[in-house]
This record gives sequence, C-alpha cells and structure tokens, in this order.
Amino acid sequence: MKRLSFIFDDKLGIPLLIALGAAMIMVPVLNLMVPETNFFHVSTFTMSLWGKYLTYAMLAMAVDLVWGYLGILSLGHGVFFGLGGYAMGMYLMRQIGTRGEYGHPILPDFMVFLNWDKLPWFWHGFDMFPFAAVMIVLVPCLLALVFGWLAFKSRVTGVYLSIITQALTYSLMLAFFRNEMGFGGNNGLTDFKDLLGFSLLSDGTKAGLFAVTAGCLILAYLACRYLVSSKLGRVLAAIRDAEDRVRFLGYNVETVKLWVFVFSAGLAGIAGALYVPQVGIINPSEFSPLNSIEIVVWVAVGGRGTLYGAVAGALVVNWAKSYLTGALPDAWLFALGALFIVVTIFLPKGIAGLIRLRKEAA
Amino acid sequence: MIQPLKAFREFWPRDRVFDFLIPEIPPVLDTSHRVILYLEGISVSFDGFKAINDLNLYVDKGELRCIIGPNGAGKTTMMDIITGKTKPDSGIAWFGQTINLLSRTEPEIAEAGIGRKFQKPTVFEAHTVFENLELAMASDKRVVPTLFSSLTGEQKDMIDQTLEIVGLSESFKSRAGSLSHGQKQWLEIGMLLMQKPVLLLVDEPVAGMTRQEMEKTAELLTSLAGNRSIIVVEHDMDFVRSIARKVTVLHQGSILAEGNMDDIQNNPKVREVYLGE
Amino acid sequence: MFTSPKSRFPALLFILAFAMYAAFFEGLPANAAARTFDQGLEKLTQKDFNNKIQGLEQIVQSKDPQVEKLLSALLEGDLYYTQKDKEVVYATKSDGQYTTTGVLSNDVTQQVGSRSIRKIGINNNIRKKLKGWLSLLQLYHGPPRERADAVYRLLGKLSPDMVDSLKDLYEQETSHKVRQALATAIAIDTLKTGNNEAKLSALSQLKGSLHPAVKTGLINLINEKTSEQVQKKATKILQRIESRIAFYGFLETLFFGLSAGSILVLAAIGLAITFGVIGVINMAHGELIMIGAYTTWVIQQLLPHHLGLAICLAVPGAFLVSALSGIVIERSIIRFLYGRPLETLLATFGVSLVLQQAVRSVFSPLNRAVSAPDWMSGSLVLNPILSLTMNRIVIFFFCLFVFGALFLIMKKTSLGLQVRAVSQNRAMARAMGVPASRVDALTFGLGSGIAGVAGVALSQLTNVGPNLGQAYIIDSFMVVVFGGVGNLWGTLLAGLSLGTANKFIEPFSGAVLAKIIVLVFIILFIQKRPQGLFPQKGRAAG
Repeated sequence: MKRLSFIFDDKLGIPLLIALGAAMIMVPVLNLMVPETNFFHVSTFTMSLWGKYLTYAMLAMAVDLVWGYLGILSLGHGVFFGLGGYAMGMYLMRQIGTRGEYGHPILPDFMVFLNWDKLPWFWHGFDMFPFAAVMIVLVPCLLALVFGWLAFKSRVTGVYLSIITQALTYSLMLAFFRNEMGFGGNNGLTDFKDLLGFSLLSDGTKAGLFAVTAGCLILAYLACRYLVSSKLGRVLAAIRDAEDRVRFLGYNVETVKLWVFVFSAGLAGIAGALYVPQVGIINPSEFSPLNSIEIVVWVAVGGRGTLYGAVAGALVVNWAKSYLTGALPDAWLFALGALFIVVTIFLPKGIAGLIRLRKEAA
Repeated sequence: MIQPLKAFREFWPRDRVFDFLIPEIPPVLDTSHRVILYLEGISVSFDGFKAINDLNLYVDKGELRCIIGPNGAGKTTMMDIITGKTKPDSGIAWFGQTINLLSRTEPEIAEAGIGRKFQKPTVFEAHTVFENLELAMASDKRVVPTLFSSLTGEQKDMIDQTLEIVGLSESFKSRAGSLSHGQKQWLEIGMLLMQKPVLLLVDEPVAGMTRQEMEKTAELLTSLAGNRSIIVVEHDMDFVRSIARKVTVLHQGSILAEGNMDDIQNNPKVREVYLGE
Repeated sequence: MFTSPKSRFPALLFILAFAMYAAFFEGLPANAAARTFDQGLEKLTQKDFNNKIQGLEQIVQSKDPQVEKLLSALLEGDLYYTQKDKEVVYATKSDGQYTTTGVLSNDVTQQVGSRSIRKIGINNNIRKKLKGWLSLLQLYHGPPRERADAVYRLLGKLSPDMVDSLKDLYEQETSHKVRQALATAIAIDTLKTGNNEAKLSALSQLKGSLHPAVKTGLINLINEKTSEQVQKKATKILQRIESRIAFYGFLETLFFGLSAGSILVLAAIGLAITFGVIGVINMAHGELIMIGAYTTWVIQQLLPHHLGLAICLAVPGAFLVSALSGIVIERSIIRFLYGRPLETLLATFGVSLVLQQAVRSVFSPLNRAVSAPDWMSGSLVLNPILSLTMNRIVIFFFCLFVFGALFLIMKKTSLGLQVRAVSQNRAMARAMGVPASRVDALTFGLGSGIAGVAGVALSQLTNVGPNLGQAYIIDSFMVVVFGGVGNLWGTLLAGLSLGTANKFIEPFSGAVLAKIIVLVFIILFIQKRPQGLFPQKGRAAG
C-alpha cells in the first residue's frame, strides 16, 4: 500500500486516471459495438480527434515535467514530438511497399519523384517495427542528451535557454523543409496504409490506436507521477526554486536536469509516434516555433507543476481550438492570444490552481 | 590465428584497462596536520576590480573562526571560492591534505564535506520544512538512487533530531515559504547540519534575528565547533564577540589582521578601516 | 547570336544577316524601303516563326523610322493584327477592351474587343534577335551613356560585318565613353580574327576589362593554337581579370552581407533595449515591426503621388504608431510581470498572436506591396559585374543613422540616464527619485518605436503582410543574445557579422542551410559564452 502511495496521494489525479481508463475501454466499445443510430455511438472521427488530444496531453505532460517541476521553459518540445512522429512515419512509409503511386518496392513515392535511386542510409531498418519503436524513443532522447549536455553544462538557464530551444526547433523546421534531407520536404510523410498489418483506414485499427494511446497516457502519467513524488521530484522543484542551494547540498544539478530533460524528450517522442498514425501525416510544420509555444500554453492553462493540470489543459485547449476553428475561424488566434495573456497575468497556476484554491477555501 | 592474438595480448595485457575506465576514488579528507582549510595566494578580479588580493587563510580542525570586514572586503567572494562557485585567477585552495578544491565542482565539494549557508536565507519555499531537511540529508545524491530512495527509520529520527535542534518541530509540516525570516535562517542552519559537513561556512547567520534567537544561534554554533570547523562571516559585533575565539579581518581582498577579539579591537589599523575611527 | 553556330539554319541565317546588314548600313532607296517594310509587316502576321523572322529582317532593312517602336512593341507583347484584314496594330488593354493604333495608319485609333485582334506571338529565338536589333539601333542615337551600354550589350554577339561598321562608328565617335566601349568590342573581335601583333595590342586594350565577353574571348584565345607570346599575355591578363572578378565578387557578397546585417540590426536593436535594459522578453517585437510596415503602406496609400515624401513621413509616423502600441502593451500587460521574464515571454507571445490576427482582419491576410521612391530604386553600377541596389544602400545608412540616434539618446539624454539607472539598480534608482514605472513605459515605447522604424525599412525590401514580423523575431533574439544583452555595440556588431557570415556561407550551402549553420553556431556559442560577445560588466551580471 505504501509503495503505491504516489498514486493515492494524488487526489485530483485519481479521477483523471479513472476517466482515462474508462475512456480507454468505453470509447472503442461505443464506436465498434453500438450502432451508428444509437445516441451513445461515438463516431470514428470523434474518436480519432480525441485520440489526437490524448497524444497532446502526453506531450503537455512532458513539457510540464521540465517547465512546471524543473523550471526549464522549453520552447522547442515540438522537436521531440516531431522526431518521434517522423520515426513512426518512416516505418509507415516503408510499410506502403508497392502500393504507392509509383509502385516502387522500396523507395517511398517522394524519393521516386526526386529521382533518387537508392534509400538514404538513415532509412534502413525502418521497415522493421521493433527498430522503428526503438528509434522513436532513441532519436529524441539523443538529441535532448546532446543539446541538454551542451546547454546545462555551460549553465545556460532561464530566458536564454528558452530562446535557444526555440532556435533549435526553428532550425530543424528549416532543415526538414529541404527536400535534400530525405524526409519528404514540404509535404512530409503521408498516404500511410497500414500499421503492423492492420489497415489504418479501418475503424477497428482506429479504435485500437485510441485504446493504446489512452493506455500509454495512463502509463506515462504513472511514471511521471512516480518521478515527481519521489525524492528526485522534490529535488526537481528545489532546482526550480533555488538552483544554487541544491548545488551546495551536493546534488549534481546539471545531471539531474539532463536526465529529466532526456526522459521528457522520450515521452514527447512516444506521443509523436502515437499522433502520426491517427492523423495520417507528419510534416515539418510540427517543428514550427508556434507549435512548441502552444504546448506551453496548454500547460499554463491547465496549471504547471501539476500533472493532471497539464493533461486537462491540453484536452481543454485543443477541444476549444477545434470548436473555435470550426465555428469562428478568425476568432481562434484572438482567443489563443488572449489565453496567453490572461493565464500569465491572472491565473499563473492555471485551472488546477483555481481548483486547489477552492478546495482550500472549503 | 593465434599469433596476432598473442601479439595483441603482449601489446595489451589482460590486467590492463583504459585509464578512463579506472574508477576515480575520491581522496579521503586528511587533516593529520591539524589544518582543515588552506587558502594560499588567492587572487580574483572581476573586470579589473580585485575582489580578492593575495589572500592567505588557514583554518584548523575544530576551530570556530569569525571573519569580519567592511562591505566589499571580499567575504562572500572568498566563500564562493571555497565552495567552488568562483574559480580564482591564481592561488591554491586545499581541503585538508588531499582534496584540491579548485579542481572540483560545487556538488563535489559539498559531498567532500563543506556546507554553506547563504547570506540571504535560501530555503526551498515550495517544500515543507521536513522536506527541506530531507533534501539536505547526507545520502547518495546521484540521480537514480535519489529517484528510488525512501526514508529509513534512522533517517527520520535524524530529521526529527535536527528539527528539535533548530526549534522547528512544531512547524515541520508547514511550507518553508511561510516561515519568518529568523526561522528561515534556522532552517537553513538545520539543512547544513543534515549534510553532516566537516567544515561549515556560515554567512551572516543572525541577520534579521531577535536578540533571543541570536543567543540561541551563538549557543548552537559554539556547541558545534570542536567536532566541526566553522567559519562565520558576520557584521554584528556583539554576536561575533559572543562566539569568537579567533577573528580575521578582511580588507580590500586581503587579510588586515588576525587574532582574538580584544587584540583586533585594539588594532589601530582595524579601528581605522573598520570601526570607523 | 547572329553567328550562333548551333542555330538550325546557320547558312541561311548567315546569308540573310549579311544581306540585311549590308542593306541596313547602306540604306535602300526610299520606295524600295517602304515596300520592304510593308512586306515585312505582312510576314509578321503569318503563323510560321521562320516567316516572322524573315519579315522582321525586312523591316529592319527598311530603316523605317518606326522600326524601333515596332520592335519594342513586339518584344513587350503589345503588337497585334486584326482578324479581319490582317492589319498590324499596336494595342493596349484596358477593361477587357483593346485600344488599337495601326502601324501604317498610325492616326487611326479604335476600341475593339479581344476577339477581333490577335497577338503576334514570338519565340525565344525571335526575342533574342529583337534584343540584338534594338541595341544595334540604339547605337545611332541617344545620350553617350546609353549608346555605350548598347555596345556593351552587343559584346560577344558580333558578326564580322557588324565589327566593320563598329570600326566606322569608332572613327566618327566623339564621346570618350562610347569610344571606349567600341574599342573593347573591336578588340574582342581582333582576338579572334587578327594576326599576332594585332592580338597583342588588342590584349593590351582589354587589360582590366571586367565584361564577361572579354573573359570568354580570352578563354577562347587561350584554347586556340596561337603564338606563345600571345598565349602568355592572354593567360596573364585572364588571371588578372579573374582575380579582379573574384575581388568584386567578394565585395558584392560583403555588401549583401552588410545589407542583411543592417536589417538584422534594425530589427534587433529595439529588442536589445526592451530585453537588455528592462529585462522584458518581447515576443511581440516582430509584430511591432509589422505595424511599422503597415503604417508605411497606409501613408503611401494616402499620398500615392509623393512616394519620397510618404517614406520620409513614414519614419516618424511608424515610430509613433509602434511606440504608442508598445506603451499600451506595457501599461496594460507587461507592468504586471516585471521580474518574471518567462512570463513576459508568454504574455507578449499572446499579444503577437492577437496583433497578427487583428491585422488579418483589418487589412486582409494578403500581402501588400509598398512602392519605392525613385531615389531608392535602381542600382548603383560600379562596373560590369558589381552593382549595388539603391534600396539596400539607403537602408544600410539608415540603420547606422538609427543606431547613432539611439546611442545618443541612451548616452546623452536624461531619459537615457534614467533608463540606465533603472536597469542597473531599480530600487536605488527609485530611491533617487527616478520615476521607475514611467521610465519602464518610455523605454518600452522607445524599443517599440524603433521596431516600427525597422518596419519602414523592411517594407522597402519585402511585401508587407501579417507574418512579416514572425520571420524576424527569432533572428532578432539571436542577434541580441549573440551580441550580449544590454549592449548596443554588441547588437550592432552581432547583427552585421551574422548577416555577413550568412551571406558568405550561402554560396557553399544554399540559403536555408546557411541559416541553419548560423543558428547552430549561435546555439553553440551561447553555450560557450552565455553572456554573449560583450557581457555586462560587474558582479550584477552573475
């Protein structure tokens, strides 16, 4: 019982986990088993949409871990999400095989189009799912390791760090837009056919993807929850509040930052990999600085420094985005902009802060 | 087939390993010559301003040393050098006979046994008093052990003891941010104790304390000396007088005078620069 | 082109060209000339391009006063013929209607629909020929400068008989400029046709000429089997020319680099103030630049016939508009967030989104073009391979001017003094009676105003659109961080050097990769020196 206290101490997290667990089971059931005419039927579109939100929630958690707990405002987490997504996309591309427009057995369509005659070296191995699965985590982690090692060892902090993370995502975006990079340039990777032999067009696969995503989110939540409620989690918050003090207590602040940053990047990579088969495309715009900074606003709205806040923020903001871009297309950027301003000035602790205030008052 | 292998064996015998694979065994603190801290010929300047100028300071094992000096005399910079925050332009700094402070990072120095209390009380405001002490506690502070660590009964007792020493037993559950200024000072001293340091650097421990709290602090510091060496930087002369055995006066980055409180107070140079006469 | 060996009908063309030039320079009897002109016109209306070429050649031979007008109209695509009686007409389009003027009956002007006339189509071959004829025609009249230019355009495209006429022209010519040009043209020909001695003197004539045709001529000469002396001299001259070309190429890259750098400096320097002096990360800085650019566009719409005046008014106008917007942002949002730089980053990012969308809603999401006044268009031609565009030159000096003005404000005025005081020690400055919050607002206004001024400059280089600012914000931050926060000189140096570095890398790697390389360099640099090139001095910086 005591071992699991990290779960049970999380008063607001438990309902969230229960809801996620219920959704993981019920949504696919309501989609597949309940006839379309029934009131309780969940359309495939809605399910995929929420599946996408769940990957965003995972991404938000990754950002919250480094921003809310460790105090590093990363404006470049889209990079890790995107890299995970590209790794998955490369696997899906290789699965197309001869079904592509040009019917080339090995080369993806865009390479045939560019008159390439052989697969670039970094595309090898992506026809095997286990290899791709390793890359999904490994590539973002490696980038985070190198970048973090450079940044943290030389004690780049605060605003400077935020700006160079933004430069990182910006330069990767420019790089991936180039056709010569071998990732499909502007158009990215798309026209996927199947994943592990399941057709991506079938409702069953989509339901399965939703369930897997929800399951991964639950696992990720538990892992993060374990991390932040451990002594290491308290060290993280201590670094956020008084970095020098932690150093003089004998903790190697740089190493702690580095590993948490790498962990967070891996999490973002997995989120990206789950995102790609559900939306059916990955392109360089995932690396745009605006995308990365939007993640930050999800976390800010939900409440940084609380995991359930990050999850809730991602779900609420993205739901609002879908609703607004449909109903009032012009209003979305106004609303997003206003959200940034209002949250930073009036709600520094986000929705979670509001709920906690109310609880404390009661 | 065997031949090249043999040649290789000769070239690279099996009992040999790469240098970088040899684990670095941290030297043990050696104070056999009774001196625990050596600072010799230390100079450091910021953009041409000499904060420390050819400073020589020796602190004995178990000693309680007070360092006084006007603003800008280089007291805080000296502490920065000892704890590894600032690297001097020249000079040497050794902790005991074996540990070179200049080649170590802040956490390594802290692990070696030097604890520091900042001038401005620095505690983790979002954490509870108990958690603050827990974080400071001497333990394996690498990443993975920290992730999986859980408190043993012994460690809990140790925290309880420290809570008692610093008089915060009642408020162990409250957030450190909600403590009064004096209490924060005490909490930070408590954190220092949890680290079990051999050498304590205490920067202005009684700033913002009431007379009563001050007396209590003086009592605590004197009781700690003996087992540990303590360097106290303080402005409050009454406080210094109440604890000092040996006093060092810093002025413009180097030592102006050293001796017991009476000698210092009668030293004409000190009176001129510090006591304002 | 007249002697193009790869032409499909070399022999025919050569004979035709020969005949044509003979006729062209000697002239035909007036009657015959008129007839030739009419025949030529008739052939123009035929479908076959070879017939058209024949017709054109006849027209040129005719020496009719209209030839030049006709050829340029054809080149511009303004030459048509009527469907009904195949009459060749000039036509201009307006509101779906065409106003036509007959070539032969040039007093008859008509309004016709698009069905009743057809454009006379041309292909690339004809286009090339037209250009050649036109420059040849220009040799005979116009100011010396234009005639010299016309000669230079003909370099390397000359046939032997044309060279002869150029020689005649050279004897009669009085202008030094034109003589120079003609001499170059003749010398290039001598390299091909003359004897060794003539070649040597031609080589002396060509020494130091940077025209591409000279280089080609020299290379051909070296590849030919000529005397050793000529070979040697030609090689030497070619080397000299190549090193000069390389040098001017370097100058050109440097100029482009400094120009790109001056734009970076303009965009970043306002940011250097808000970021460096009051510690605010203003992500809406790019949008303040955009507001400046839109202000320029609006002022230009109000004064469509006074482009120069509009630009001059736009500088203070954009400064005021952006500065006021900045002050509003500061008073309504940023002042609640002082001391929390990451929060200012997020809030101002929100502001930038709102401003972008507001511009989209008010001005439409489409890009707007701002026209340049005369003194900012065109370019400064220094020699055949180095010409500097005027707008970039003006912007470079404008950037230095803005920098100087800002520097004076910070160093010499009481506002500057107060700003520096507040940035160094807010509490102390307040205690000394500096109205800190007013200084904050004014500093932010100043930084924003300069962003507006940068917008004026940018509007001269790119189209004005809602995304204008976004493109510059990351680069601007890089410049500020690279130069060292709070250091104006650092910003200037960083901006110019980054711009220059970018342009020097570009030829090797392409524009995108150059940008990535520079970004990666800065990322690494910040990690090596987190305080930038010129760190702030003193203990406070730590």
